[in-house]
Amino acid sequence: MTAATKAGMERATSAYRAGLTLLIAAACYEAVARSGVFPSALLPTLPKIASTLWALLLDGTMLEHAGFTMYRVLFGLALAVPVALPLGILMGRFRPVENFFLPLASALMPIPSLAWVPVFILWFGLGNTVAILIVFYAALFPMLLNAWSGVRAVNPLWLRAAGAMGADERALFWKVIIPGTSPFIITGLRQAFLRAWIAVVGAEMLAASDWGLGWVIFDAKEFLNADVMLAALAVIGAIGFLFERLVFGSLERATVMRWGMVRTAKG
Amino acid sequence: MARHGESRWRIIARTAFPFLVVGIAWEITAHLGVFPRKLFPPLEEVAAAFVRLTASGVLPHHVLDTLVRLLAGFALAAAAGIATGFAMGRSRRAEDVFLPLISIGAPIPGLAYAPLFLLWFGLGNMTAVLLVAFVSAFPIVFNTWTGVKAVKEIWVRSAQAMGADDRRLLHYVILPGALPYVLTGLRLGLAQAWRILVGVEMLAAVSWGLGWMIFGAREFLNTDVMLAGVAVIGAIGLALEKLVFQRLEQYTVVRWGMMS
Repeated sequence: MTAATKAGMERATSAYRAGLTLLIAAACYEAVARSGVFPSALLPTLPKIASTLWALLLDGTMLEHAGFTMYRVLFGLALAVPVALPLGILMGRFRPVENFFLPLASALMPIPSLAWVPVFILWFGLGNTVAILIVFYAALFPMLLNAWSGVRAVNPLWLRAAGAMGADERALFWKVIIPGTSPFIITGLRQAFLRAWIAVVGAEMLAASDWGLGWVIFDAKEFLNADVMLAALAVIGAIGFLFERLVFGSLERATVMRWGMVRTAKG
Repeated sequence: MARHGESRWRIIARTAFPFLVVGIAWEITAHLGVFPRKLFPPLEEVAAAFVRLTASGVLPHHVLDTLVRLLAGFALAAAAGIATGFAMGRSRRAEDVFLPLISIGAPIPGLAYAPLFLLWFGLGNMTAVLLVAFVSAFPIVFNTWTGVKAVKEIWVRSAQAMGADDRRLLHYVILPGALPYVLTGLRLGLAQAWRILVGVEMLAAVSWGLGWMIFGAREFLNTDVMLAGVAVIGAIGLALEKLVFQRLEQYTVVRWGMMS
């Protein structure tokens, strides 16, 4: 048996066991849900959750909620990127900029974004603005810190080599520093998205804005609709997973791996 | 961040300067009255609120309750997470059983579970602690699992060749070898727990707690109380990171020569 087929068989066994685990977990859940120990409003059966999810998807409400949530996340990220990346790169390149902004960033970073929700509600009122600003705040720091440490991690040898070959400051920036920093920037974007995704759900629950996946879950609590809550949870998990895999995975392939910055392809 | 040849006072001055600039800008904006004073209080009012609340014992009570909740939740998460992570790292079977469940649960933001937990466990402490434990367990499990798998095979085999039994192997080889990862996991878990706890306290209507304090202050337009609360939250977060984990790392990992 060659090593390749052995690895393939091991993977097949793992997939088989993973499937089995999920099946058993689902069966256990189903058994508990049907046994009637807990009220069925609190612990709905799997078919009920699936049919609720299907109905919400068909009549378009779930898509609309998801659309609102995505809009807030992407808007917040779109605000955070043009602030955080240039600032992080400047901090990495110039000492005085670092001296000024690093203490501020380290003081603000340990404050969880949700702690700002009540303050922002007072300042900007309930609704979209609060959610977008919370996303902005949550996404800002991972990106800033990664861009900063990325620029500092650029091999000084590359800079000197490019300088010796006659690169001016602009060429140095675009041809050396940016590609060299890109693995860090992509890590930063990834972390920023994860943070933003957590923050937006919380902000939607607290800032009560009528639309959004966080709001669906929170609102369903009032009516004891555990099936709606679990369906929305599934949608939230699926979107997060898709973004992580598809968007960031392909982004990484298109940039960093093509430039040969990260050798090992994972997953 | 001490640089060579820089005196201590220079470093302090350099660090304090940006805060001074921001503070002065805040003061000017607040005193100009561009925004209503109720919503944008000057710093001395925030400081006064902090002193008033501390002197009356209200703030310490909030802080204490929050910290107890954090520690209870985090302790649960650490115990369950490290045990699960070790089992997953050592046994193929446990890995196959737990990994799919954890991979499904992990990408869902912790706070999204909050209403569900509220339904199941009711308003109050129980929900807050359980949710914090549940959410902060994920990074701990992942990192412990990675750490145990990252222990060099040669160390395990040479210890076995020298006659170590399973218990000794675990105690003298695997545990120290996996520790840097476990500590990273605990650190991430604690940070996660802290972020979630503040949100949960707002949602779960606990009677004491910093999250509830700032959320409740919103009703009365007490922006000064809210900002004082936010500052305390930030200070605790910073202290957890700097005092607890950096110390722990120095005492264990660095001393054993696993990290410099």
